[in-house]
This record gives sequence, structure tokens and C-alpha cells, in this order.
Amino acid sequence: MEAAAEPGNLAGVRHIILVLSGKGGVGKSTISTELALALRHAGKKVGILDVDLCGPSIPRMLGAQGRAVHQCDRGWAPVFLDREQSISLMSVGFLLEKPDEAVVWRGPKKNALIKQFVSDVAWGELDYLVVDTPPGTSDEHMATIEALRPYQPLGALVVTTPQAVSVGDVRRELTFCRKTGLRVMGIVENMSGFTCPHCTECTSVFSRGGGEELAQLAGVPFLGADMAPPPPLCPAGSVPLDPALMRTLEEGHDFIQEFPGSPAFAALTSIAQKILDATPACLP
Amino acid sequence: MEEVPHAIEEIKEKMKTVKHKILVLSGKGGVGKSTFSAHLAHGLAEDENTQIALLDIDICGPSIPKIMGLEGEQVHQSGSGWSPVYVEDNLGVMSVGFLLSSPDDAVIWRGPKKNGMIKQFLRDVDWGEVDYLIVDTPPGTSDEHLSVVRYLATAHIDGAVIITTPQEVSLQDVRKEINFCRKVKLPIIGVVENMSGFICPKCKKESQIFPPTTGGAELMCQDLEVPLLGRVPLDPLIGKNCDKGQSFFIDAPDSPATLAYRSIIQRIQEFCNLHQSKEENLISS
Repeated sequence: MEAAAEPGNLAGVRHIILVLSGKGGVGKSTISTELALALRHAGKKVGILDVDLCGPSIPRMLGAQGRAVHQCDRGWAPVFLDREQSISLMSVGFLLEKPDEAVVWRGPKKNALIKQFVSDVAWGELDYLVVDTPPGTSDEHMATIEALRPYQPLGALVVTTPQAVSVGDVRRELTFCRKTGLRVMGIVENMSGFTCPHCTECTSVFSRGGGEELAQLAGVPFLGADMAPPPPLCPAGSVPLDPALMRTLEEGHDFIQEFPGSPAFAALTSIAQKILDATPACLP
Repeated sequence: MEEVPHAIEEIKEKMKTVKHKILVLSGKGGVGKSTFSAHLAHGLAEDENTQIALLDIDICGPSIPKIMGLEGEQVHQSGSGWSPVYVEDNLGVMSVGFLLSSPDDAVIWRGPKKNGMIKQFLRDVDWGEVDYLIVDTPPGTSDEHLSVVRYLATAHIDGAVIITTPQEVSLQDVRKEINFCRKVKLPIIGVVENMSGFICPKCKKESQIFPPTTGGAELMCQDLEVPLLGRVPLDPLIGKNCDKGQSFFIDAPDSPATLAYRSIIQRIQEFCNLHQSKEENLISS
């Protein structure tokens, strides 16, 4: 990796993937976390960088809320989530003294923190760094891309729900990617359907068709497309709603163990495989 | 920075014809702020004698045009300013979405430019005589929120309605939003818990798609001493109607979700009227 500037703390990171959406609440943080775990399941060493300064949700999802962040000689040490140190996390959530305190910052201050996050976290050797972003196309996104540009991110996964309202916002995010030169690796459609636990009827709770429409519009792969057998009676090619998984994420413990048992796991494993296939081989 | 106080004065003047101002907030994205704002507007506008204005200050992700069935509409300028786009005679809408020429246009602006747009929306739109101005906001606690509160500071905002889902991941952000409101002295009308339970259209049994693992909005509201205005269940028809740009109330007048909305809207009206009579008493005493 040739960088004009000092490679610094990202020198050991082989591939960087951003997870974006124009729309809030589509599950970027959930998908980022699940993707990181799926890549780890495939034997990779993964880091997660949570740059959502106003709503940092990942620490809680992984049971890491309240963990302290320590400084080492190369900068901030990320928080390791397992004994094998195969998955690590850095989030502004760790830096908030009071979790209920709002981070009410304007653009320039957010930009400064993001720059620091990108350059001062001592990630060490990683196969993949998954970068979770807040919704929108503003300061945080521009700052993140500018800070990561010298390290040539692999690309972006763009997340939507099936609704037209989500597609409406996510189209703009695709324009943002085009304008900033960020390759879109594919579209992930989340919350595709809900299977009633009482009668197994699958309902399209948030409408249908958005992911495919977006992928067609933008000429990018619909990443859910050839997943392993979809959950019974649910539309193929997407990530379904799984309340049991959500409960585990909420409670923030054992998610790493519970995830493989979820219907969402098959979809994410398929997405992770597509990313692994799309990753260029690196010289050792 | 010098021109900000001047803008605040101009906005105060403009807002003199607006009786009630309500902000719809959430720390969290995707909880249904825009859906709620749109249906609050539809609900209030059912009374033909009430004039409603819906302002969408989500600059990066303006969903209101789609939800209100106004995609592709453009803003016209007249001598008295920008004309809102009217859905009904008594319901006018403004959004950055109307200023974009293509649905693919991305608004990639930093804070100062977004603030400038919000100032223009508040100062230059010719709303006329309005009973309720509803302001739909983006998720977070950032430039847009600081700006709208600052610009409307002297024009008096009735209060904020804060939207959440039952999940802790949402409540986590909403607690921050409540603290933000308290910090900037913005009254809180109350909290709405959205996507609260799902009734299967086939077997009619209820499930929790978004389980309230930490007590949901009810417990949070008790802890923070904030009113819970109501709970709206997940009805798949809501999403479908938003996609078509129609009022969900017309398609499903008897849905539990419609009934929940109506009760919440009534409570909001009561809050605003109570506030108004308190002010009138203060002035006359």
C-alpha cells in the first residue's frame, strides 16, 4: 500500500469497508456488526470503527458498554471483544462520560474527532476494518472519506430497507459515493420481512422491492441475491427481521455466540463471502 | 456571525402569523419521525378551518415530499417569498426535496450551508396565517437542531414531540435528545413509542418485532418524568401508504394504528391550547 503520507496506525489494515446509507434506522450498525462477525467466522481478523458521533450504538450491541479506552505508545488501543483478539472496536461511545449526554457538536468539531479516530487508533494487523457511519451525506461522511482516502478503501456497502422512502434517500447516497470516488460493492436490503412466530406467515412489514430497485437503478450488485436457502416463506435475497437476534443485540451479551443461530446469519455469511471473493489478493 | 441576530429578528417577525410551532425530534434514525410529522399534519388538516404548515429540515434525507405525494414538485417564488407546495388548501409543505432537480441529487453540504438553508426556510417561506407549523428534523443532535432552536428562540416554540421505538438502541439516543431539549430549554410535549407491537394480518396474534428489553418508552418516560403521548403499533399499511404518498388514515380508518395516532394528535392539541391560554392569561393579568 503506497501512501504519500505516513502510513501510521492503518498500515497493518489490509482492507477497509464502509457501511453507508442515506437513511437512518435501516440497520447500518447492526449490519456492520454482523458483517464483522461473519468475516471473523470465515477466519479473518476484523476491526469495527463506529464514527456515528451522535448515536454510537455498537458498544452496547457487543456488550462492551462502559469499557475504558486505554492509551498505548502508538495511540488509543481499540477494545478487544474476544480472548483471541480477532475482533476489536473503537467508538465515540467509549469516550462519553455519561451515556445519556448528547454529543451536540457542529461540523468542524465532528471532523476533528473523526480525523483523530482514523489516525490515532492502534489497530495493529487487521484483515478488514468495517467502518460504520451515521445516516446522511454531510460532515462526518466527508471527513471519514477524506481521512481514509490515502488507505484506498475497498469500497462501500450501502444498506436500505424495502420501502420507497428509504430508496429515495439511498439513491442520494449512491450519488455521494460516485462523487467522492467510493466504489459501491453492493446493496444490502435489511428488514425484508417478518415471519410471524405464531403462524409462520411472512409479512412485508416495511413494504417490498426497494433493494432490487436500487441495485438496478445504480447498476450495482444486490448482495443478498443468491443467499443460501432463505427463511421459510420469506422473499429471497435480503436480510429478514429477527426479533430474537434483536433481543440479544439489545441485551448486549452473547451476541457473538447467538448470531450463528439466526436466520439473518445465512444472509450475512453470503454477503461476507461475496466481499471475500471481491477482495483482491494481497502480496504477503 | 453578526448577521445571525438580524436573521433571528426577521424570523420572529415572519413567525408572528404562526400560532403554534411543534418540532418532531428523535436522537435515532428510522423511528418514524417523518411518517409521524406527515400524519400529524394530515390529522390536524382534517379540520378545514385549521391552516397547517409542514416544514422538512432534513437537508440530506428529505422524505416528506415522497410521504406527502409531492415528489417532483418545485418551489415557486413570488414577491412575498417562497410559496409552499399545497397538498390541500389548508396544508402547505416545504422541503429541500423541492429544490432538487433529480431524485438522485445528493445534498453534500457541511454544517454552515445547511444552517443557511434552514434560515431561508424560516425567513423566506410565505406561510401566511398558520395555526400549526410542524417541523420535521433529521436524526441526531447537530447543526440542524441547534440552528432551528436558535433561529426560533425568540419566536417561541410550543414544544417538541420525540419519537422512539421500544428498543434500547433507540431509547439510548432518545435520552440524549431529551437532555438536549432540557439544555436548550425546549419544552417537551411528550414521547411517542412507534412500531410498538405487530398484529399478524393472517392469524391476528400480536408479536413484538422490536422487543422493549429495557422497559420501552413507558419506563424511560417514568424515569425522566416526561409524558408518554401514546404507542403506535406496526401496521404494514403505514409503509405502503407512505410509499404511495397517501394518508394512512384514509386507507385504514379503523386500524389500531390510526386510533393511536388520533389520540396522540388530540393530546398534542390539548397541550398547545393549554399553553396558549396560559400565555393569554399572563398577558391580560
